[in-house]
Amino acid sequence: MKDSTIKKLEILAESAKYDVSCASSGTTRKNQNGGIGSARGWGICHSYTADGRCVSLLKIMLTNFCLYDCAYCVNRRSNDIERAAFSPKELAELTIEFYRRNYIEGLFLSSGIIKNADHTMERMIRVIKDLRTVHRFNGYIHMKTIPGASSELVYQAGLYADRLSVNLEIATEPNLKHLAPDKDHQSIYLPMRHIQQHMIENKEERQKFRHAPKFAAAGQSTQIIVGATDETDQQILQLTSKLYKRPSMKRVYYSGFVPVNSYDKRLPVVKDVPRIRENRLYQADWLLRFYHFNVDEIVNDDHQELDLDMDPKLSWAIRNPSYFPIDINRASYEKILRVPGIGVKSARLIVSARRHGRLNLDALKRIGVVLKRAQFFIICHEMHSFKLQEASADYIRLSLKEPSGLEQAQAKQAPKQLVMTL
Amino acid sequence: MIVFRYDNSFEGLLSAIFDAFSLKKWPQLILAPDEVLPLLTSEEYYVQTTEGKYSRVSLAMKKRLSKTALMQLTYVWYSELPERSLLIFNYLAKIFKATHDISHNFADLDILAIKKLAKKVSHERHYLMMFIRFNAIDNQGDKVYFATVSPRYNSLPLTIDFFQDRFADQKWAIFDTKRQYGYFYDLAQTEIITLNEQDNFLVNGSINDDFLSPSEKQFQHMWYRYCQSITIKERINPKLQRQFMPTRFWQHLPETWHDLDNI
Repeated sequence: MKDSTIKKLEILAESAKYDVSCASSGTTRKNQNGGIGSARGWGICHSYTADGRCVSLLKIMLTNFCLYDCAYCVNRRSNDIERAAFSPKELAELTIEFYRRNYIEGLFLSSGIIKNADHTMERMIRVIKDLRTVHRFNGYIHMKTIPGASSELVYQAGLYADRLSVNLEIATEPNLKHLAPDKDHQSIYLPMRHIQQHMIENKEERQKFRHAPKFAAAGQSTQIIVGATDETDQQILQLTSKLYKRPSMKRVYYSGFVPVNSYDKRLPVVKDVPRIRENRLYQADWLLRFYHFNVDEIVNDDHQELDLDMDPKLSWAIRNPSYFPIDINRASYEKILRVPGIGVKSARLIVSARRHGRLNLDALKRIGVVLKRAQFFIICHEMHSFKLQEASADYIRLSLKEPSGLEQAQAKQAPKQLVMTL
Repeated sequence: MIVFRYDNSFEGLLSAIFDAFSLKKWPQLILAPDEVLPLLTSEEYYVQTTEGKYSRVSLAMKKRLSKTALMQLTYVWYSELPERSLLIFNYLAKIFKATHDISHNFADLDILAIKKLAKKVSHERHYLMMFIRFNAIDNQGDKVYFATVSPRYNSLPLTIDFFQDRFADQKWAIFDTKRQYGYFYDLAQTEIITLNEQDNFLVNGSINDDFLSPSEKQFQHMWYRYCQSITIKERINPKLQRQFMPTRFWQHLPETWHDLDNI
């Protein structure tokens, strides 16, 4: 490998780094016909960058030349950055060399748009087709679908890739058009629909012909930028929940807006990446996918934004005292799952352990329940009174705040009392 | 206090279970041959490992326990912690004494302890899948991908199936420098290996640069530069990085070698 390859690698990694997705999960493939690689159902991270994000796939662009001029994107046409391009063969070989050293789980291929959507797609497909057919590669491949690509090319891509994705970027259409004049929701939703249709057809086909090739077995994902425009958490999460109702959508990623464009007047001036908001959105996303929550329970017209001080589950619980107490020894799995401080794992352990005898607080603690939060919402064996009745919402809110809001509040009150007694 | 001594093999531990049930004696401690006897020992019993005993216990285990539970016991055994023998002993004694399947009673201390320790070993196994880094070396004209590791628990044997399946078309070897053994895959099967001329081949637990393939340093360099470029500078959070990627593995991870900056 030459120095020029290293330079290209740097430029094209730099250009791809704002794509959040790094998952390599959702599909299992054993090594076939003595080739290289396999894919594991739960995915494996291989490294973590200094910003704490997982590196599981070689996340790279085929080229960062781009026709489009999206304000939020570092690769926009009007941005003065170094440009580079890999040849499909070069990139496939690099992927294999990294894979052989166990650096990566596979490839995440994205690209700037050159000439037109279909031309770009064709070049990208050549990379992943090379990997699968020439190198006999069985690892994970995630390919970004280009907005506006034709259905036929999406189909071909899906035959080689495990996951296809199209980024939504901005949750509402007027805002998207405002920041990305070359895009509209139609150009994004259409390829999304192509992916979904091909997946459904493929499923039927595979029922008839066992050996029909799988189409994008790990489904599709998308990404929404948070904080570049004025959408509320309610708008974002309602869109998310709609997307999850589609059979093919596996993940929605949220990307806190990183100011990559200092001169564009359409973008807000921000000092920091909205990390806490991003984190709360991910927590809400988990509630939708794994905790049987309905989106309206998390955000609604009265609560349009997520609470930044506490996680959305606790916030919901405090707003809904009538739902509690939950009897740990009797309530259904779904109900236990809704208690703050109890996650999917501890809820499962509780349900299987209580068959053998009643659970007390000690047992819950050992199982891994965070009693500090859960104590307000449960009753169980050896726990006589229900605390929520005694504790006001404000009390819970303060006592669970980090650093302890209760102590702060008391400390604030102390001098006042002194003054009064004097 | 009754103390059992056994030969520190899994078969020996199963034989201890057999003896305990036939003698109706329940030890407070189970020791390997080299462990020191505690002060207040009233009786010391030496377990004889015989096939007749351990195969019966192992058969009973397979009858009474689910696949997951059996795997958990294997994992706990590979933890190599001194307390594992008593943990497994108590667990099995409890399972065999019970009238019904209690392996899911996670409110029980012994059962939860097994689950938790198994989880730790399984985590270490996952760390190996994540952080093992192969280096291409020239072995008399043969290209072999070699990795060194020093895991906290003896979890290397638990990963061999995984690497064998994944890297089926390349020769590779993984060497545990802490326990001084490893595995070598020669495109057909995997064998246990030890190293003879270590002083030369390994330096402080890493491979001597002289043995690397000519292009190997370049790939390490590329990987390092890639990981630097993919970092978003506005979001740097080294604490989070260390939480996910413990520093005890960094010795083997080229992406953390900042001297590669100067190449």
